[in-house]
Amino acid sequence: MSNTMKTLAVAGAVAAALTAHTTTTAQAAGKEKCYGVSLAGANDCAAGPGTTCAGTSTVDYQGNAWTLVDAGTCTEIELPAMADGTAREGSLEELGRDLPA
Amino acid sequence: MTVGQDIFRAAVLDPAAMAPAGLVDPQGRPAGKRFDVYRNNVAVSLTEALGQAFPIIRKLVGQTNFQILAGTFLRVHPPKDPLVALYGDDMPAFLEGFESTRNLPYLPDMARLECAMRRSYHAADSIPADLNGLGAMDPAQLMATHLTLSPATRLIRSKWPIHGIWRANTEKDAPKVQMSADDVLITRPDYDPQPILLPPGGGAFIAQLRTEPLGSAFEAAQADAPDFDLTTTLGLLIAGNAIAHVA
Amino acid sequence: MLDHQTLTLPNAPGVGYKAQHFAAIWEDPGPVRWLEIHAENYMGDGGRPIAQLRNLAERFPISVHGVGLSIGGEGSLNADHLARLKKLVDWVGPASFSEHLAWSTHDTAFLNDLLPLPYTQATLNRVADHIDQVQHVVGRQMLLENPSNYLAFEESEMAETEFLEALIKRTGCGLLLDINNVFISATNQQTDPRSYLNAFPLRAVGEIHLGGHDEDQDEYGVSLLIDSHGAPVVDPVWQLYAEVIAIMGPTPTLIEWDTDVPDWPVLAAEASRAADVLAQVR
Repeated sequence: MSNTMKTLAVAGAVAAALTAHTTTTAQAAGKEKCYGVSLAGANDCAAGPGTTCAGTSTVDYQGNAWTLVDAGTCTEIELPAMADGTAREGSLEELGRDLPA
Repeated sequence: MTVGQDIFRAAVLDPAAMAPAGLVDPQGRPAGKRFDVYRNNVAVSLTEALGQAFPIIRKLVGQTNFQILAGTFLRVHPPKDPLVALYGDDMPAFLEGFESTRNLPYLPDMARLECAMRRSYHAADSIPADLNGLGAMDPAQLMATHLTLSPATRLIRSKWPIHGIWRANTEKDAPKVQMSADDVLITRPDYDPQPILLPPGGGAFIAQLRTEPLGSAFEAAQADAPDFDLTTTLGLLIAGNAIAHVA
Repeated sequence: MLDHQTLTLPNAPGVGYKAQHFAAIWEDPGPVRWLEIHAENYMGDGGRPIAQLRNLAERFPISVHGVGLSIGGEGSLNADHLARLKKLVDWVGPASFSEHLAWSTHDTAFLNDLLPLPYTQATLNRVADHIDQVQHVVGRQMLLENPSNYLAFEESEMAETEFLEALIKRTGCGLLLDINNVFISATNQQTDPRSYLNAFPLRAVGEIHLGGHDEDQDEYGVSLLIDSHGAPVVDPVWQLYAEVIAIMGPTPTLIEWDTDVPDWPVLAAEASRAADVLAQVR
C-alpha cells in the first residue's frame, strides 16, 4: 500500500468509526451508575477482594502436599492429559481437545 | 523468652513449624492451636483473596486444586502491600513455573487477563476525549496524531484463546472454545471493565498507540494482519470510552 | 475535602459499609446514621469504590478504619501506605479515623491479619512512636482499637489496659473500644471482661465496636472464641455494651459484619438493637 493509500485508508476508517459512534463527549459516569442494579454483585466481579479485620474459623493451614489432586475431582473441566508444557502449534482440532469449553 | 516478628512470621507461614516458644495459653502451656488461629487467618484470608482475584483460574482448576495452588503461592509470594484488592500480580509468573498446572499452558495468560481486569476496575477515572476534532483534520495531520488511552484501558496479547476461555467460563451458552491467538482489549466504559476480542492486527495497533502516532500504528497493524480493520478497532475504543486524549 | 463533613461521629449506630448494601442504604438507612469503611479498600486510583465513597460521604459521616498500617510492626511504618492514608483522609474528611493495636507487616511481607504484640516497654516505645508519626502525617487524632487475643506472650510486662493507658498519655491518641474483642479475649484468657472494662480508660473512647464471633475449642477442650465478624452480636456482649453505655453515656457504636455478610435488614436490625441501648441513657 502506498503512503497516499494508507493515508486515505486511515482517514476513511476514522470517518467511518466516528459516524458509527455518535461521539457524545460522554462525561464520566454519573451517580446513578454507582448504585442500583449495576451494584447487584455480578458486575463487581473485577473488584477483587476487600479487606477484613476479622479472623476465620475455617481450618486451612496444613499445606505441605504441594501436588494437585487427581483431575477427577475437578468438575469444571477435564485437566488435559498432555503435560509437556510446550506451546503446541498443531491443528485447531488437536489443540481444541485440550481447551475448556 | 521473646518472640520477635521474624520468628512469628516464619512460623505463621510454615504449617509444619511448631508455635514459637514463649506464646502460651492461660495455664502457661505452649500455644499450639491458639497459634494456629493466626496461621489459619493468614492462609485462609489470602486464599480467599486470591480466589476473588482469579475466579476464572479457580474455575478452570477446580476449588480443591485452587486451594493447593493458592496455598503454595501465598507462601512463596506473600503480599508486599496492604492493598489486598491488588494482591496477586505475581500470579502469572508463578504459574509459568508451577509444575502441577503445566498441562494448562494458557493459565498464565488467563491470570494476566484477570489481573488486568482488576487493575482496570481500580484505575483512575477519565473523561473521554472529544473526537469531533479528528473528523475535521486533514489526512496528513490525522496520520501524525497521537491517541492517549484512558488509564482503565488494558491490552492482553496471548497465543492462546483466552477470550474464548473467558467467555466459556462466564457466559451461558458461550461458543465452544476454538484454538486462536487472542488479543484482548479491556475497556471500562463506566465502572465495569469489559474484555473485548480484537480483530486481527488490533493488538499490534493498540500496542503501538502507546508511543506511536495513528499512521505508524496503522502500518504496524497492517504488517501484523494485512486485513486489519481500523474502523472496527477504533469503534471498540470509542464505544469503550477508551480514548482519553487526542494530540 | 467534601462539604458537609462533621468532625465527630454522632452518638448513634453505624455499620461497617459493604458495597452490596449501597442501594439499600441509599434507599433507607433505617437506624444507621454513619458508616465505617476500611481505608485499604478505597486507596485505588478511581472506579466504582471511589465513586461510591464520594457519594456516601456527601450524605453520611464516615469513619475511616485502617486495617493494614501495622502500627505494632518492629520495622518502620510503610511510608507509601501512610501517604495513601493521608490522601484518603484529606479528601473524605472523616468524622473519625482509627487503626488497630496489632502488626501485620514484617520486612516486605503483609500477612493480612491483625497479629498480636507483647506488652513490654520496648513495644510501648515503638507503638507510641508510630502513633506519633501517624497523627503527625495524617494531621489528626487517631483512635486505637483493642485486639482480640487468642494467646499470651510470656514476655509481657503489663496488662493490656495499662499498655493502652500509657499510650494515650504519651501520644494523645483516643481509643476504639471493641466490646466483642473484650469478651473474646477474656474468654480465651479465662479472665473477667468486667475487670478489663473497669480498668479500661473509657474517658478516651471515641467509638465502640460490636460484632459476632465463632466458638471453637483448643486442644485441651478449653473454649476458644474466634473473632469472625460473621454472626450476630451475642447476648453477653450486648449486656457488657449496656453496662458500658450506662457509664459512658451515648457513644458512636458500630456493628461489624465482615464474613458471610447478611442482607441489609439483618444488619439494620442489629443497629436498631444498639439504638435501643443508646436510647435508654439519652
